Amino acid sequence: MNTNIAVKDKPRKNALVLFIHKLGSPPWFYDFTGKFIPWLWLIFVGLAAWALYLGLVRGPADYLQGESVRIIYLHVPAAWASLLIYASMAVMAFIALVWRIRIVEILAMCSAPIGAAFTIVTLTAGSLWGRPTWGTYWVWDARLTSELVLLFLYLGVIGLYNAIDEPRKAARAACLLAIVGAVNLPIIHYSVKWWNTLHQGSSVSLLGGSSIDASILWPMLIMAFAVKFYYLANLLTRARVRLLEQDLRKGWVKDVVREQRP
Amino acid sequence: MNPEYAGGSLSGAFAALVRRDLLLAFRRRTELLFPVIFLLVVISLFPLGIGPSPQLLARIAPGVIWIAALLATVISLDALFRSDFEDGTLEQFVISGHPLTLIALAKIATHWLVAGLPIVLLSPLLALWMNLPTESLSVMVVTLALGTPILSLIGSIGVGLTISLKRGGQLLSLLVFPLYVPILIIATAAVMAASDGLPYTQFLGLLIAGLITSVTLAPFAAAAALKISLS
Amino acid sequence: MSHLPFIWAAYSIGTVVLLWCAFAPLVRKKSAVRDIRRLIQLEEPARDTDT
Repeated sequence: MNTNIAVKDKPRKNALVLFIHKLGSPPWFYDFTGKFIPWLWLIFVGLAAWALYLGLVRGPADYLQGESVRIIYLHVPAAWASLLIYASMAVMAFIALVWRIRIVEILAMCSAPIGAAFTIVTLTAGSLWGRPTWGTYWVWDARLTSELVLLFLYLGVIGLYNAIDEPRKAARAACLLAIVGAVNLPIIHYSVKWWNTLHQGSSVSLLGGSSIDASILWPMLIMAFAVKFYYLANLLTRARVRLLEQDLRKGWVKDVVREQRP
Repeated sequence: MNPEYAGGSLSGAFAALVRRDLLLAFRRRTELLFPVIFLLVVISLFPLGIGPSPQLLARIAPGVIWIAALLATVISLDALFRSDFEDGTLEQFVISGHPLTLIALAKIATHWLVAGLPIVLLSPLLALWMNLPTESLSVMVVTLALGTPILSLIGSIGVGLTISLKRGGQLLSLLVFPLYVPILIIATAAVMAASDGLPYTQFLGLLIAGLITSVTLAPFAAAAALKISLS
Repeated sequence: MSHLPFIWAAYSIGTVVLLWCAFAPLVRKKSAVRDIRRLIQLEEPARDTDT
């Protein structure tokens, strides 16, 4: 009955399904992504330059926070990216564990260092914002604290992935850890937020109580959008290198290397 | 695979495994004492490090005792699956046909009985050392009784993931400490609230919720982690 | 207090971290390609003598 129909339909596969299947094959993935990685970098640089021009050159200083408000064009997009990358890593980790697709495993694992980099950027920018605003480099503010725990979660995934020698086993173990972390992350976030109100009364939010002016909001949103292109371009670059390293002895890798000018 | 062939029902297997592990643990009694001694030593370092002021000690007591409990748990965690992994018993368990989740749960239960329960029993003494007000002493014991099983449960996932590594112990602490953050926050908040004479039952409720959630989820994750490590 | 040094510090640290994150895989790729070249060279002469 149903199975017959499925078999009959098989040759005329949905174009999207076919595309996804093709992406699962390392040589095809390598070729396909190689074509548009430069464009992703270009879009990132263009958008980031535009956002920084709007925010740093044209934008006014905030009447509450003064010049230091300019740090948020870096801090807030990086903070959003660090969370979004964790979510995307966890989703890919889930897909990788359930369907055992090697490229998705690699993509999930290559997300971790990028996410960790954004977490570091968020933390340094946040504490450099804190010095002129709060008068200290580090406050156990809810946002900074949960970002710090997020960095530890990233470091755990990276550490586990690098500690196990066999690449696929390492990826599966680290994927499971990423999922466990993702289940815990909301609990950590809310408990830290609540802990903060318990001990300090109220936390000073980076965006202040004031409604955000459009002249601040737009550069921030453009920067947040730009950062996604950085993630994509960096992720695909990393995944391609991992594929080369893992398939060292396979024919397609040799073809790729032969085609390159020495 | 046929469970009957492997020898009995699920609960029978669970009980047999717990009994076996407890027996093994009590054969090495001195090793059993290490986490407890560790806990005592760490706690006694704090007055030496920050001075014997009773008010100060009472203020930091919940946090200090809880952090020492976290450290003691993580130190003992490595033994959770280690010997069974190294001598191949774990693979035999997998072949036995009993669900790995059940085996993991039995192991976790034993770990708590051996490493968690002594901490709970010892905590009144620690609380006295740290000059914790007597009215919050019982709350301290209750938070530890509810919290240490969660530590064992979440920790078992980390152990399952690092078991195939020769020196997994150092990595283990990096993997599990971030996951312990909410428990630390809630448990110490409960004790501090009790010290200040504020209501604390809602925190105990949160701990119970955490315990129920981790009992239902963690053994599955630990079993999945063990499967990956054994592959 | 002047805010400018903090803004400069934040952006320069951010740039350095993100640049490092972007270029790290390229360095790895270079060494991977070198390894693969060596592998090819090890195999190629053997094949040449065969044919």
